[in-house]
Amino acid sequence: MSERISGIAASAGIAIAKAFVLQNPELTIERKSITDSASEIERFEAAISVSKDELSVIKEKANKELGEDKAAIFAAHLLVLSDPELVDAVKQKIENEKVNAEAAMDDVSSMFINMFEQMDNEYMKERAADIRDVSKRVLAHLLNVTFTTPASISEEVVILAEDLTPSDTAQLNRNFVKGFATDIGGRTSHSAIMSRSMEIPAVVGTKTITEKVENGVTVIIDGLDGHVIVNPSQDEIATYQEKQKQYQQQKEEWAKLVNEKTFSSDSVQVELAANIGTPADIKGVLENGAEGVGLYRTEFLYMGRDQLPTEEEQFKAYSEVLEKMEGKPVVIRTLDIGGDKELPYLNLPKELNPFLGFRAIRLCLEEQEIFRTQLRALLRASSFGNLKIMFPMIATLGEFRAAKGILLEEKEKLVSEGTKVSESIEVGIMVEIPSTAVMADTFAKEVDFFSIGTNDLIQYTMAADRMNEQVSYLYQPYNPAILRLVKMVIDAAHKEGKWAGMCGEMAGDPIAIPILLGLGLDEFSMSATSVLPARSQILGLSKEKISAHIDHILQMDTMEDVIKFAEENFK
Amino acid sequence: MAEKTFKVTSESGIHARPATTLVNQAGQFSSDITLEYNGKSVNLKSIMGVMSLGIQQGSSIVIKAEGSDAEEALSALENVMKKEGLGE
Repeated sequence: MSERISGIAASAGIAIAKAFVLQNPELTIERKSITDSASEIERFEAAISVSKDELSVIKEKANKELGEDKAAIFAAHLLVLSDPELVDAVKQKIENEKVNAEAAMDDVSSMFINMFEQMDNEYMKERAADIRDVSKRVLAHLLNVTFTTPASISEEVVILAEDLTPSDTAQLNRNFVKGFATDIGGRTSHSAIMSRSMEIPAVVGTKTITEKVENGVTVIIDGLDGHVIVNPSQDEIATYQEKQKQYQQQKEEWAKLVNEKTFSSDSVQVELAANIGTPADIKGVLENGAEGVGLYRTEFLYMGRDQLPTEEEQFKAYSEVLEKMEGKPVVIRTLDIGGDKELPYLNLPKELNPFLGFRAIRLCLEEQEIFRTQLRALLRASSFGNLKIMFPMIATLGEFRAAKGILLEEKEKLVSEGTKVSESIEVGIMVEIPSTAVMADTFAKEVDFFSIGTNDLIQYTMAADRMNEQVSYLYQPYNPAILRLVKMVIDAAHKEGKWAGMCGEMAGDPIAIPILLGLGLDEFSMSATSVLPARSQILGLSKEKISAHIDHILQMDTMEDVIKFAEENFK
Repeated sequence: MAEKTFKVTSESGIHARPATTLVNQAGQFSSDITLEYNGKSVNLKSIMGVMSLGIQQGSSIVIKAEGSDAEEALSALENVMKKEGLGE
């Protein structure tokens, strides 16, 4: 019997494949004294041997499907398992110290991990992660828990997980992962945003998917309507294949607009840009006809690794994006870490209120070396295209001035060193803190542009944690309070001859688009896959007609009133 | 005992992939095989030992083999060094 589980549609499309349940086992190592070291060593050898078998299978698959180059990493992992320095040291420890295999393995591998982490060479530091991966596999076998990592997937699957962390998603292989579903999260959680930028169908917030589905069961992910069908019948599979076909046809219609500019029916032009996380996303940006990059989230460069990215690594990523966009505008946001995005290697203290804490520009102004490295990489890349630099989480004009001051200092240094730096870099801010929206008229005199980050602006305005499902009803993009703030920002920009964009999820929302057009928004930055549907929608909207309703909308009582009005009048 | 000194010519020194080949080859022989670099000596059958040296381009390394198949091991390793473009 099939079962239907509902969740939130996070990324459009249909995926049908076998389930891969991703579990992050808690590997709790208990140190125990043992008496029979011979049998403990045997147990250790067995765990090594099973791990080797698993890795050999993964390596063979990777070899066939990804090529020898990509498979080489598994050959190295296998060698770690045969490494006499590791294996003999663990055995000696069991023998001499009479400890259990888990504790001995953990001690020895930690020693190696530390050693690699402390090396000067960046490449060697990364190898610590390899050793960690391998030893986790062995420890999982010793402890008899299931061990899975997204990196080890080598057949077509849909991933089911409680949640996908940014580093999990970074490891997903697009060739194999056809879609995913999670227990927790909403449309704006990281896993959802990533699924749209990777263009794979996803349903989030199902609450129970990992509980109800076992590895290997066939599931359908319906990212259009937000359902997961577990163990579908042949009929259901056929129905969804048909739905997938229709969606494909709709996409082909949209595709005809790919090289078009974006005009409303009364010939008002706006810019539709895309949000990206990595240079690899540019392919999707161009294929979906975006007119620029409205938000490049640079934090992914910093995630899923053991140390900060070097200036050179960053330069490579930024210049690649700028070059591939061929002179189209690219807004790069400086590091926005903290809140729900942690960097373990920075050793930042745990905070009670991370969203209100030491994050983004606040952290960058304090940890200036991190910030300056990024700014230098950005400045050096600026000659490769049309770069605009954006500071996140600006709450006061003082912060903006400080950040811009540091930028100018680094620019001056580079120029005096003879490095080519573009003279026309626009410097703007994210508007996501209510104080900044309220003061937009003052900011507009100094910044070159605004980009409204609605996800955070809504959570700060409504004082509702967007990760907390119990207050998710307060996530109200169409609440007149939010719309009034948005209007203040747009009007303030225009008064000073600057432009205002939006890079939150709201910018790609079919209900919000007409209202935002009516408010005069200049740039809409969204998931790449939303660009063509948005262009098609705007083609049918008259800005003049909508503008006539704006005052009325802003005076409405509730979000529900706004939605009802928009649905009835702006179709 | 057999030993030979090599100059590392590979641009990225000796990193994961070629190190893997080298260690795999060393593992085929019963002799004790060591790699010396920068005053440190490691077991050439240990991938982590070899990688921990962080051998850079332009440096000198010494491979020593001791045991019944020492000569054979050394010439096989020399082959790998050349074939992988690691050094000469």
